[in-house]
Amino acid sequence: MKYATTMIIGAGIALLAAGLFMPGWLTFLLTLAFAKGLVVMGLLLLMRAGLVSFGQGLYYCLGAYCVGIAGDYFETQNALLLILLAVVVCVALAAVIGLLLCRYRDIFFAMFSMAFSMILYGVLVKSSAFGSSDGFNVKPPLLFGWTPTGESGPFLAYGLAVVALVGVGIFVWRYLRSPMGYAGEAVRENEIRVEYLGASVRRIIYTKYLLAAAMAGLGGGITALAAGHIDPEMAYWTTSGEFVFIALMGGVGHAAGPVIGAVLFELLRTYAFQISPYTWQMILGISLLVIILYLPKGVWSLVERVTKGKPL
Amino acid sequence: MKLVIAMLMDGVIYASWLFVIAAGLTLIYGVMRILNMAHGSFYAIGAYGGASLVGFYLAGGYPPWGAYFMLLGAALIGGTIVGLLIERGLLRMMYGRDEVVMILVTYAILLILEDVIKLIWGVDAYFAYQPYTLLGRTKLAGLSFANYDILLIFVSALICFVLWWGLNRTRKGKLLQAVIHDRDTAAFLGINVTRMFTVTFVIGAVLGALAGALTAPGISVMPGIGVEVIILAFAVVVIGGLGSVGGALLGALIVGLARSAAVHLYPDAELFVIYGVMGLVLAFRPQGLFAIATARKI
Repeated sequence: MKYATTMIIGAGIALLAAGLFMPGWLTFLLTLAFAKGLVVMGLLLLMRAGLVSFGQGLYYCLGAYCVGIAGDYFETQNALLLILLAVVVCVALAAVIGLLLCRYRDIFFAMFSMAFSMILYGVLVKSSAFGSSDGFNVKPPLLFGWTPTGESGPFLAYGLAVVALVGVGIFVWRYLRSPMGYAGEAVRENEIRVEYLGASVRRIIYTKYLLAAAMAGLGGGITALAAGHIDPEMAYWTTSGEFVFIALMGGVGHAAGPVIGAVLFELLRTYAFQISPYTWQMILGISLLVIILYLPKGVWSLVERVTKGKPL
Repeated sequence: MKLVIAMLMDGVIYASWLFVIAAGLTLIYGVMRILNMAHGSFYAIGAYGGASLVGFYLAGGYPPWGAYFMLLGAALIGGTIVGLLIERGLLRMMYGRDEVVMILVTYAILLILEDVIKLIWGVDAYFAYQPYTLLGRTKLAGLSFANYDILLIFVSALICFVLWWGLNRTRKGKLLQAVIHDRDTAAFLGINVTRMFTVTFVIGAVLGALAGALTAPGISVMPGIGVEVIILAFAVVVIGGLGSVGGALLGALIVGLARSAAVHLYPDAELFVIYGVMGLVLAFRPQGLFAIATARKI
């Protein structure tokens, strides 16, 4: 096995082991952060191709609702099956929407993807069968006959999140070093040259969009299982804005960026909310500005500066 | 027949409201290439400022018609202060960055302003219904409309005319158009682009605040109104073509009429229709209806 893969798996095992000793609140916080990190990993693929989606909330929310609805409808609580279903549904929807979105760039891509997530929001808010704007509760998950109770309850979702993160992390790490991964940056720099070189810009973007949707669905599904409650707010544009925020915070230069960004974001939000419940948004906004001004490549660039001696 | 008139009137009233918000947004984008998410906060500041000024004024026992000037004053003062502070204090440092990064900068400003508003005005709802009810109502084909709403249509038309006239028939406006077309060349020719930016941003902010102040009498002003409004305004300007005032007018009419048709015929589809229309327009005209063509980078 390659060095990086071993490192990622090692980090995953360490996280799982640490999870056994963590206090409940931290387990919960990290689960949600990792789920968001998954969504942002997908966003990273798009952002490296120069496309900022302000609508990843669409798949995040869809994944969560798939888990919630399928759990009720098929009367199964098997976490793996439910999450698999969420990913499949998200990819199916992305396969249709992606055909249209592939034609847009820059702000239009951002706004159009936001419009789709707002459509889902609008539909969910009006659908009383799914609890309208209140959403509904998701039953606690099972895993092939293992019914976690009490203390081990939150651990199942946490474990799922860590395993998913390891899998997606290895995938993204290797993908970024594959021709398809490098093609993303080429598209960002100059589309016409990419076309001249014989690659299809459309196909490159389409693939990345599908991958991003799958990861967002995965993150949404895990969030639903971990939080036990879902509501249409997950498709609201502010949720999608959060994902872009996290991507910028962590940096899109490295697969670890989104994870670090997501954990930092959740910690920042939790503490900001605790310290000053009335101005936590202000604290978030100021941190975002500070990062844009002084760390345009995200927190990860600090790590790279130390390890590789790269300038900022 | 009654239904059609109701649909048309509601649609036009809604469209005129949308236009005032979208005009500021599209103006700022056209000149500065900043898609300003904080525009929603300008709207909220205008609404809060308007509601509380009207409240103070009427509590003082002055003649009620003066309340309308209070609304205008709130928009002017609020918009100018916030616009100047943000443009001079913050955006100035960010010029030249990616458009998408600028969206995030303004997103951060939105987050900050949301809390500033809560700190100043608290979380309770404000009401300033007096200017709304003062004008009475008109019967039209058996339907009753608030005169205030009808006045809003004229105010919106006036704003549209002033913007058109200012941009096309004045010296400053023509200079601004030069900046819109080519910022660098305009700067070479001696136009003070920096000042143009400041002025444009303040005008845009005042328009946003004005939309809020004009809406305040008809709604209960509470936290979160800005966040809801901004995405509607986005839909409008994207349909019309970013940066085009005429496009904003057309976009506002399309969205306004589509929404009122949905509200009257099938209320559940209200939000769906707005973005559905936007999707439909973008599918056929990827840059919006009135957008200026841009060159591709080779």
